[in-house]
Amino acid sequence: MAISREQVIHVAELARLALTEDEVERFTEQLGAILEAVGKVSALDLAEVEPTSHPLELMNVWRDDEPRPSLSVEDALANAPDAEGGAFRVPPRLG
Amino acid sequence: MIDTLRLTAEEAGGLLERGEVSSSELHAAYLEAIATRDGELHAYLRVVDQPDGEGVPVAFKDLISTRGVETTAGSRILEGYVPVFDATVASRCREAGLPLLGKTNMDEFAMGSSTENSGYGPTRNPWDPERVPGGSSGGSAAAVAAGLAPWALGSDTGGSVKQPAALCGVVGLRPTYGTVSRYGIVAFASSLDQIGPLAKTVRDCARLYRIVAGRDPCDSTTVELPSPVELPDAEDLRGLRIGLPRQMLELEGIEPGVAAAVDRAVELARGLGADVGECELPRSVDYGLPCYYLIAPAEASSNLARYDGVRYGPRVADEWELDAMYERTRDAGFGDEPKRRIMLGTYALSTGYYEAYYAQAQKVRTLIRQEHEAAFERFDVLVSATSPTVAFRLGEKTANPLAMYASDLLTIPSNIAGLPGLSIPCGLADGLPVGLQLIGPQFSENTLFRAGHALERALAFDDVPTRLAR
Repeated sequence: MAISREQVIHVAELARLALTEDEVERFTEQLGAILEAVGKVSALDLAEVEPTSHPLELMNVWRDDEPRPSLSVEDALANAPDAEGGAFRVPPRLG
Repeated sequence: MIDTLRLTAEEAGGLLERGEVSSSELHAAYLEAIATRDGELHAYLRVVDQPDGEGVPVAFKDLISTRGVETTAGSRILEGYVPVFDATVASRCREAGLPLLGKTNMDEFAMGSSTENSGYGPTRNPWDPERVPGGSSGGSAAAVAAGLAPWALGSDTGGSVKQPAALCGVVGLRPTYGTVSRYGIVAFASSLDQIGPLAKTVRDCARLYRIVAGRDPCDSTTVELPSPVELPDAEDLRGLRIGLPRQMLELEGIEPGVAAAVDRAVELARGLGADVGECELPRSVDYGLPCYYLIAPAEASSNLARYDGVRYGPRVADEWELDAMYERTRDAGFGDEPKRRIMLGTYALSTGYYEAYYAQAQKVRTLIRQEHEAAFERFDVLVSATSPTVAFRLGEKTANPLAMYASDLLTIPSNIAGLPGLSIPCGLADGLPVGLQLIGPQFSENTLFRAGHALERALAFDDVPTRLAR
């Protein structure tokens, strides 16, 4: 089941990836081939089978509701490409 | 004086204990080996000069957060990122007194089977530098094989500890999912990722596993080990029931030399007293790869959404609009393989495709789990080759993603079921190492160690790469 150029561009948009034209072409072909290989799972009749999301049957692993120290603001900003006034600074969203 | 090519972590520990060698002398010996051989191999991304512990030094795959030491996960999108905290496995090693030797090279975000997807250049196989060390923990495997570290930590999602261990002729363990904390590990696929040890012997792997394993309150997907880790010493396999999955034996694409080495190892196992029989894993082998290459990319598309140039890593700074900044930063920072997997995962999770792909793959996951459970009713350990081939040439599989994915055919099925797997070197084919994979039920590491150790002793594989042996 091949994937179309438009679908690749749409998916790239969802994933916030600005692909070049060369990438769109290359990935359309490669993703098509991969999807064809993995798509065989769709052919199986698994209506009666429960899905497994996780190898261990852990449920609701809680910790005690007690406040603990967290990262300092300084540590949190230590790797920031741009920081100001104790916050991360980013370009605005326009429109 | 210290022959790091032949020194096991256990022997190194003995030297330190008896005061024959100081911890700084030991660290220096590895730094010297790195200076001599790593220019060619590029196993390390960065090296720590000053030992910060009195024990046996250890190398970490570069997706393990190390406070104050740059951590890139092999990607340019984390270039310059210096964690302000230690991963739990890093702090457990620190508490055990193990000095950090350095951070090893890897396929970017653990996506790959050859370490060729590193944003910082590939690592070369110490047995033949024109060949890959395997991946994604290629740096860790090559470091141990070339005497650049006595032991190392790697990570395994689809086989990324087991396969490079096989291709480099060292021992690697992929533990039961949930026994080793993922806190501070740069995440790829959260229901599959596990940190595992690589070393020259099974006993060393068991020792390192014992240091890092166990429930972590910071990782709610971890559990306490049901019984303590035992260092193996039995040299026979009496009473062990070994199953050979027919579909793995007969897999198309297994090189004859690999099949022959595995056969010899199985014969040896019989000689050591094991009961060997055949079992069936038809859906696991047939649908394992498709299942994995739907679930893992889906989880990755979510885990890699955080790389957006806001809080860490390089940012494409000349964009004055937020979405453009995200998109250009991500396009510039990620290599091809992460982009492919992010898009594959996004597609598989998107409306209209979720049921046919991701939800279906989760059901296949149940089938794989059940097939393995059925096999373990009759057998204690399942055995196969770890990798269908020996180390392939650099550049040989990079043009075709599917050809690269096929390297994981034998390691993926048990991973999907959350089961532990040990790879031990079992011989050479065309002068290159062949790995034997031992798979067990959940929490069966002690059985794997016992079986692996006995086989290791009987095989007496010389793990020093022939071209490096003096």
